[in-house]
Amino acid sequence: MSIAALAQSLGITLKALFTRPVTIPYPDAPVALKPRFHGRHVLTRHPGGLEKCIGCSLCAAACPAYAIYVEAAENDPANPTSAGERYAKVYEINMLRCIFCGLCEEACPTGAVVMGYEFEMADYRYSDFVYGKEDLLVEVQGTKPQRRESTYTGREVKPGYAVPYARVELEGVNPPKARVERAAPKPWRDNPVDDDHHEGGHS
Amino acid sequence: MTDSLLAAGVKAFLVVFGLLTAFAYMTLVERRLLARFQVRLGPNRVGPLGLFQPLADAIKSIFKEDLVVSKADRLVFLLAPIISITFALVGFGLIPFGPKHAFFGWDPWVINLDVGILYLFAVSEMAVYGIFLAGWASNSKYSLLGSLRSSAALISYELSLGMSLLAPALLVGSLNLQDIVAWQENNGWLILPLFPAFALFFISSMAEAARTPFDLPEAEQELVGGYNTEYSSIKWALFQMAEYVHLITASALIPTIFLGGWRMPGFLPDIPFLWMFLKMALFLFVFIWIRATWFRLRYDQLMRFGWGRLLPAALIWFLLSALVVAAGASISVLNWFSLASVLVLLAVLLSGPARQKTAKGGAA
Repeated sequence: MSIAALAQSLGITLKALFTRPVTIPYPDAPVALKPRFHGRHVLTRHPGGLEKCIGCSLCAAACPAYAIYVEAAENDPANPTSAGERYAKVYEINMLRCIFCGLCEEACPTGAVVMGYEFEMADYRYSDFVYGKEDLLVEVQGTKPQRRESTYTGREVKPGYAVPYARVELEGVNPPKARVERAAPKPWRDNPVDDDHHEGGHS
Repeated sequence: MTDSLLAAGVKAFLVVFGLLTAFAYMTLVERRLLARFQVRLGPNRVGPLGLFQPLADAIKSIFKEDLVVSKADRLVFLLAPIISITFALVGFGLIPFGPKHAFFGWDPWVINLDVGILYLFAVSEMAVYGIFLAGWASNSKYSLLGSLRSSAALISYELSLGMSLLAPALLVGSLNLQDIVAWQENNGWLILPLFPAFALFFISSMAEAARTPFDLPEAEQELVGGYNTEYSSIKWALFQMAEYVHLITASALIPTIFLGGWRMPGFLPDIPFLWMFLKMALFLFVFIWIRATWFRLRYDQLMRFGWGRLLPAALIWFLLSALVVAAGASISVLNWFSLASVLVLLAVLLSGPARQKTAKGGAA
C-alpha cells in the first residue's frame, strides 16, 4: 500500500465522476439494442405483400424448444396468401418455450421467420404467450401486452428499444432509430466482407 | 453581549432541524455522487431528480418493523441510539458561521464556550457510550464484538484527533473557536503552519465518523455488521444519523480550525454562512470522494495505523510546534517545518509509482 497508489486511485474515481453514466433509464429511455438482437419473431412479407412463409414446418423441426407449431394449407391460385404452393394457415410460437436461439430463422428456406427486436412480452396468462400469425406478421407493431394496453389507453404502442439500423433480413420492419454509433452497412451483396449476415434473408 | 435564552432556544432548534435535514439530503447527495463516481445515475425515481428520496427513506425506516431482541436489555437498547444522536447533535452549536449579530440580529452560533474544543471532544467522545451500550444491550455476541471494535477504534483515533488539535490550541493560545477564527484573520490560515496537524485531524475525523477507510460497522459482508446488528427501523436510522451528523460536524470543524472559519483571506468579502457552507461542502465532497475510492481497512490494520502511525506523527508534530512556541520563535519557523512535511509527502507520492513498477517488474 503506497500513498501514491492511494492518490492515483482518487484521480481515477474523479475521472469517472466526469464521464457520462452508462445507465439507461429504461422505461423512460429506449434500450439501445444491437442490430442482431434476438427478440420477438417477425413473419416477413415479399415486397408485393405475399407472405414469405410457405408452411414447410422446417422452423418447427429445427426448434430445440418445440415452441413452434405450423399448420399448412394449399394456396388459392386466384388469390394466393404466400409466394409458394402452400401457406401457413396456423403459425404459432409459444414465447414461454422459445429460447430465442434463432435456429428457426436459420432453418427457414424463404427467410420468412426472422428474429425481431421486441422483447417486452411479460404477461399474465399462459395463453397470451402463444403468438399467432396475427401477432407475428410484419405490419403488427408491438407485443400482445403492449397492443392490449394501447387499446385501453388509445395511445400508440411505445417501443422500449432503439437500434442503429435494422438487419436487411427484417424486410419491412422499421424499428425506432437509435443514435448511430456506426453507419449501417450497405446491402450485403455489395460488401460481402462486412457483417456476417445470414443468406437466408434474401430470396 | 450574548443572546437571550429565547434566541438560543430558537437557534438550537434551527441547528437540530438543519442538521437532520442536512443529514437526510446528504444521504441523497452522497448516493447520487457515489453513483456518478461509479458511472451510474443513482436514485432519481422519487420526485424530480430524486429529491423526495430522503422523505421516502424516512417513511420507510419509521414504518419498518421495530424488532427488539427478546433477551435484550430493553431500556438500554432504546437509550443507546438516543444517546448517540443526542450527543452527535449538541456539538454543532459551537461552530461560528459569521460575525456577531449576523443572523437576523442574533449571533450565528448557539453557544460560545471558552472551552470550545474541549467541549466538542467531550461530546463527541460520548458517542462511544451509544455504541458500546448498543452492543451490550443487544445481548448478542456479534453486536458486542462489533461494539468493542467500534469503541476501540473510536477511542484510539480520538487520541490522535486530540493530539493533532493541541498544536493549533498552542499557537492560538485559546480553545475558543471564535478566538481561533479571529487569530486566523490576523495571522493567516492555520493550515499553513500546521499542515501535518490538519492532515492528521482530517484522517482521524474520518475514523470518528466511521467513514470509509474506517467504516467497520458498515462491513456487513465480512463482519456481520457492527454494534447495530440487532437494530432495525428508526433506531437503526438514528445510529446512521448520528454517524452522519458526526461527519457534518467534522466537516464544519476542520475549516473552522484550519481554514479560517467563516472568513476568507483579504480580497474576498466576509459573507456570513456562505464561505462556511462552501467549505463544509468541499469537505463533505472529499469524504464522499474517499468513500467512493478507497478500501476498508481490516481491524488490525486500523489499529496499527491508528496507534503506530497516526499517534506518533501527531505526538511528534505536537512536540515540534510546542518547541517552536516555547522557544518564542515566530510562526514562520513552523511554516518551514510544515512545508518540509508537505515536501516529504510529495516525495513519497512521486517516488511511490517508480518503486512499485520496479518491484512489479522484478517479481513478475
